[in-house]
Amino acid sequence: MPNFDAILIDGLIYASWLFLVAAGLTVIYGVMRILNMAHGSFYALGAYTAASMLGWYYAGGSDSSVLLAFLLLIGCAVLVGLVAGLLIERGLLRFMYGRDEILMLIVTYATLLILEDVIKLVWGVNPYFAFQPYVALGRMDLGVLTVARYDLMLVGLAALVGGGLWYWLERTKTGKILRSIIHDREVSAAMGVNVKLMFTITFIVGASLGALAGAFTAPAISVVPGIGIEVIIIAFAVVVIGGLGSISGALVGALIVGLTRAAAVHTVPHLELFIIYAVMAAVLLVRPHGLFGQPVARKI
Amino acid sequence: MRVDKSEYLIMGAFLLLAGSAFFLPNWLVYLLALALAKALVVQGVVMLMRAGLVSFGQGLYFCIGGYAVGMGGVFLGISDALLLILMGLGCSVILAMVLGLLLTRYREIFFAMLTLAFSMILYGLLVRSHGLGSTDGFNVIRWSILGWTPARGQVGITILWMTLAFGLVIALFLNRYFRSGIGLACEAIRENEVRVEYMGVSRQRVLYINYVIACSIGAIGGSLSALVAGHVDPEMAYWAMSGEFVFIALLGGTGHVAAPFIAAVIFALVRTYAVEHVPNAWQMILGITLLLIILFLPKGIWSLFTRKRRTV
Repeated sequence: MPNFDAILIDGLIYASWLFLVAAGLTVIYGVMRILNMAHGSFYALGAYTAASMLGWYYAGGSDSSVLLAFLLLIGCAVLVGLVAGLLIERGLLRFMYGRDEILMLIVTYATLLILEDVIKLVWGVNPYFAFQPYVALGRMDLGVLTVARYDLMLVGLAALVGGGLWYWLERTKTGKILRSIIHDREVSAAMGVNVKLMFTITFIVGASLGALAGAFTAPAISVVPGIGIEVIIIAFAVVVIGGLGSISGALVGALIVGLTRAAAVHTVPHLELFIIYAVMAAVLLVRPHGLFGQPVARKI
Repeated sequence: MRVDKSEYLIMGAFLLLAGSAFFLPNWLVYLLALALAKALVVQGVVMLMRAGLVSFGQGLYFCIGGYAVGMGGVFLGISDALLLILMGLGCSVILAMVLGLLLTRYREIFFAMLTLAFSMILYGLLVRSHGLGSTDGFNVIRWSILGWTPARGQVGITILWMTLAFGLVIALFLNRYFRSGIGLACEAIRENEVRVEYMGVSRQRVLYINYVIACSIGAIGGSLSALVAGHVDPEMAYWAMSGEFVFIALLGGTGHVAAPFIAAVIFALVRTYAVEHVPNAWQMILGITLLLIILFLPKGIWSLFTRKRRTV
């Protein structure tokens, strides 16, 4: 008999992680129409930077507080997002704007391959561990399960990121401009919107979100080469299920994938991976633009 | 039927390779056989690309072809290589006929995502199948061909010849296919599918037939790869494998039926040296090459040949 509370808790934690990973991907697609495979690399870069920084921080002394460690993680994410995001958008992607979406997918695939090896060249191939914040928070008894407080904190972080994104897109001036670009790129440009600048900002924000997911995952895993390649496909599944380019879609996609996976883990563990992609295929078959996506009229 | 110049060239090149197999070192025979087997999957990717579709899931048929060979040998005790390949082909054709009905409704990134999802479904199933060795996969049993079992030293050259034979037949077929009604209609669909419909051609039907043929050829490539490598594992269905096929397809270009074969051999040779000398920069070389191709050689390395001819 599967335990529904356990499934719910596990599923929620996993869904929060999924949302963190997928949020940046969906923001970039929504505004720029680029399905960014290099998002996996931003995740990996964030994780590696965080692991190195935490290692340096905890080597410093005994008065290391967890709160400062978290601020450090956020700092890492912003740093990675700024540097990598700016380099890739200004140095590569801007020359490709206006090309087919599928070509952009291949371009970002090339970027992913390059960044994978950049990571190996900078950090080597040995695993990095930065479990101190994870251990420092300890575990908590939730009746049916004992869960790490760190994992519960991820739920909070995901809510924060989701809320922040909603506020940014719906309640600020920049958000309004971005929505106008989403609606019609050319008309917004004609109205005096600096589309290029907005693209750069969007890409940096998206990259930072990917790095943030990586940075906050680093303490919970061993950081090894190839984590970016693993993560990107699961992030694709999440955004495709919810609808590409939709924040609320990414949230729903994350919840669906998170809960189904948790249900599979607790009942039929060997279907764990299968079920994620089965849901992805099923959603694509029934609603190709995702549960929350708006089909766009095809321009011929 | 008149045999044209490129068909003579293809036949000549394959015969030359078959003959030179006697003088090549073992590792090169193995590398060539594997590269040419994978080139068949790439042919499938190219066929879809000619219709404007990019598949990030052709590993699905590569894997089915491979596992059919492996499972047919281990569970059914079939050792005849041709029969095993036929089995993989049969399974793939049936699956492609079903998935094709669904996939031909999709374009652009949706086609890419859905093909990717299907191949990852298979990957997800295989990595958790303990009976099939989970992530490690399992070994293909010793095979025979038409009742003759090649001795240990002859396996490499036999499989190379077999791959060349399949490759030659498929290359000749595709050379005609690309200029046939359906082959040309695929290119027309890439340019403007609505006009294709206006002309009274069913794009759905054209894409469907194209998809099924592309996947069948992919399955043959998978079966041959399994026979060459003597091993199958779930990585065959992983998206990175499909990405590799897309890479080789773009490297060669869609200009000529020989392009994927040449690109696959170049890819395999460069990889052998890169993995030996700069193991941590191999993917970087791939990525940079891919960007350079997209920027400067959008029609692949084959356009180097055609461009030269035009200037003469």
